[in-house]
Amino acid sequence: MFEYIWLVPLFPLIGFLLIAFNFRRFKGIAAGVTASVMVLIPFLMSLVLFSNLIAGAPARTVELFSWISFDKLSIPFSFLVDRLSVLMLLIVTGVGFLIHVYSIGYMKEDAGFNRFFSYMNLFVFFMLLLVLGSNYLILFIGWEGVGLSSYLLIGFWFKNQEYNNAAKKAFIMNRIGDLGFLLALFILIKTFGTLNFDGIFAQIATVPIRTSTITIITLLLFAGAIGKSAQIPLFTWLPDAMAGPTPVSALIHAATMVTAGIYMIARSNLLFVMAPATLMTISVIGIATALMAGAIAIYQNDIKKILAYSTVSQLGFMFVALGSGAFTGAMFHLTTHAFFKALLFLGAGSVIHALHGEQDIRKMGGLKDKIPVTFWLFLIGTLAIAGIPPLSGFFSKDMILLGAFHINPVLWILSVIAALMTAIYMFRLLYVVFWGKAAVAENPKHPIHESPYSMTIPMAVLAILAVFGGLLGVPHLFGGDDRIQSFLAPQFSASESLIKRGETVAEGHTELWLMIIPLILILGLIFLVHARFVKNRSIVQGEPKRSIFANLAYRKFYVDELYRQFFERPVTSLSSFFHDVIEIKIIDRVVDQTGVLVVWIGRNIRYMQTGNVGAYLFYMVISIILILFFNLFNK
Amino acid sequence: MQNLQIIPLDYYIFFCSALFAIGVVGVLVKRNALVIFMSIELMLNSANLLLAAFSAYRNDPAGQIFVFFIMVVAAAEVAIGLALLVMIYRSTHTIDINVLNKLKW
Repeated sequence: MFEYIWLVPLFPLIGFLLIAFNFRRFKGIAAGVTASVMVLIPFLMSLVLFSNLIAGAPARTVELFSWISFDKLSIPFSFLVDRLSVLMLLIVTGVGFLIHVYSIGYMKEDAGFNRFFSYMNLFVFFMLLLVLGSNYLILFIGWEGVGLSSYLLIGFWFKNQEYNNAAKKAFIMNRIGDLGFLLALFILIKTFGTLNFDGIFAQIATVPIRTSTITIITLLLFAGAIGKSAQIPLFTWLPDAMAGPTPVSALIHAATMVTAGIYMIARSNLLFVMAPATLMTISVIGIATALMAGAIAIYQNDIKKILAYSTVSQLGFMFVALGSGAFTGAMFHLTTHAFFKALLFLGAGSVIHALHGEQDIRKMGGLKDKIPVTFWLFLIGTLAIAGIPPLSGFFSKDMILLGAFHINPVLWILSVIAALMTAIYMFRLLYVVFWGKAAVAENPKHPIHESPYSMTIPMAVLAILAVFGGLLGVPHLFGGDDRIQSFLAPQFSASESLIKRGETVAEGHTELWLMIIPLILILGLIFLVHARFVKNRSIVQGEPKRSIFANLAYRKFYVDELYRQFFERPVTSLSSFFHDVIEIKIIDRVVDQTGVLVVWIGRNIRYMQTGNVGAYLFYMVISIILILFFNLFNK
Repeated sequence: MQNLQIIPLDYYIFFCSALFAIGVVGVLVKRNALVIFMSIELMLNSANLLLAAFSAYRNDPAGQIFVFFIMVVAAAEVAIGLALLVMIYRSTHTIDINVLNKLKW
């Protein structure tokens, strides 16, 4: 089975090429079905691989061909099949398949149906390349490739200029991070002479390398992760990326692509544990992002924007886990987050679908009875993300909180606050959308309707996963056997033992209290939110009066405006300076004057062309004689 | 071979230079296109003769091969050149090159 791993990314690629080159031949939902099958087959293969690994098969590197080879550097085109990559394979293909099926229903009436599915398959192909690559360069190809597909899908409705701008913003902000990634690759080649994961990690253990070098490498890699996984300071592209169709937001901007940064750092865990300073930075940026995005999410009114900031916040959580050295916790939360956030996005898509494109939650309300299936599935997603036991979010979030507590109790407290924010914004969203009375009367021409089965069934599957996904990692405390920990142990045990933990080690009762305290707070907050948005439902249309903090959060802490002021405007004015002065006044003038000079010379010396053959012969002979003399004296 | 070397090589060189110079002067001073043409042939043949002479003195047949090539090329050139002259004469009734000065500036 392992030898055929190259088939896994091949199928989505074939799907992309098939659809892209037979654009007009695919009629109806044919393209959607083709694309879904092309993701289903890799999913089934991943399941087989997964069961092989569970049965004890060792990790393997499958080399397809030698790709780049010169001097001492050799980069093979090879795939690494180990527990980490197979876990990611399952998420990407599994959630990807469900979202493909959902999209058949969601995009049915869109004119760009075929184009949409060709892009989606292209994305899955690059994502699989990213998780399967056995060296940083293949990972980087996938990394850039998913960025491209993300750009294409954000700007999917390219007739809207605002959507195009959002796509460009996502692409450019990712490039900033990618520059760091690329620099890290160069330093890795210089330091280790290879880009292969096993080669680098083997050298780390044996060859002494200066900590400062590792710190620089890991910080640069982290810069790449900041861009891709939307952390401070490069997080502003993700909320704007909601311009794309909702299934895209679910697949790319919630479940898979944005977690590439987490995956990359988890993959390089041996590098990162050698650089405590980097781990510190990751924790700080992670928690800052989680808090900031959480605060913004509480005050947003666009259903997709709320979920987008929620994603940023949850990604921040995962970075906190990575910074605390709880790599398993990060991967666990990545997995469960893929389930419930995909579910929430699909649910939001279903709501938007039912309301014919309405995204402002202030105009929604009372949907509980009108679209009951969506409501129940959305409720499950909300409970899961808020961390209500025994749904999946509770266990994964608990693992992260515990990891944070082991490093520093202050980090734990901040993480708990971020978790509380999750409960607030999610339940606010739930209550405003599904309870109460609709603020806007129903349009009789377009009645509110439940989504078709092709949309609700994938959501139901995701809901089941969101409920039971947590059972992968039930801690020993509850008599669970923490399966994800033991499954990923070969990947992370070496580095997790190297983490310097604080003196606060939680065991037994402490661990239990660490779970119960946040839970009580979350439940209490849910009641407060319930009172605010259900009992005394007062949803102000337009612009209400806000406190200073609320206004700050509502305005997204003016980050976009700050960037506009400090980066965009100087660059724009520099550009216009270069255009108005350097281009117009210097370069253009030089070019024009060259032309004028040539014309002037031509006008004056054309009289040499007398038209007299004898004269020409004379010039010729004289010239030949001159050349001969010149050669004679030049000897 | 022996017969050729009875005349010293210098003589050949002087003779060919003279021939070439006559050709050049002919080209420069004559107005009749046909005569200019013949002068050019003169220059070509002076070069040919020189090649043949050197070939003989250096016992290297390559020079004579060159001569054959030059003769072939010259024949082709003469064919085209004469055809041009005939055409010019038909349209202008003259082959005086000083009259043919319409193409200028």
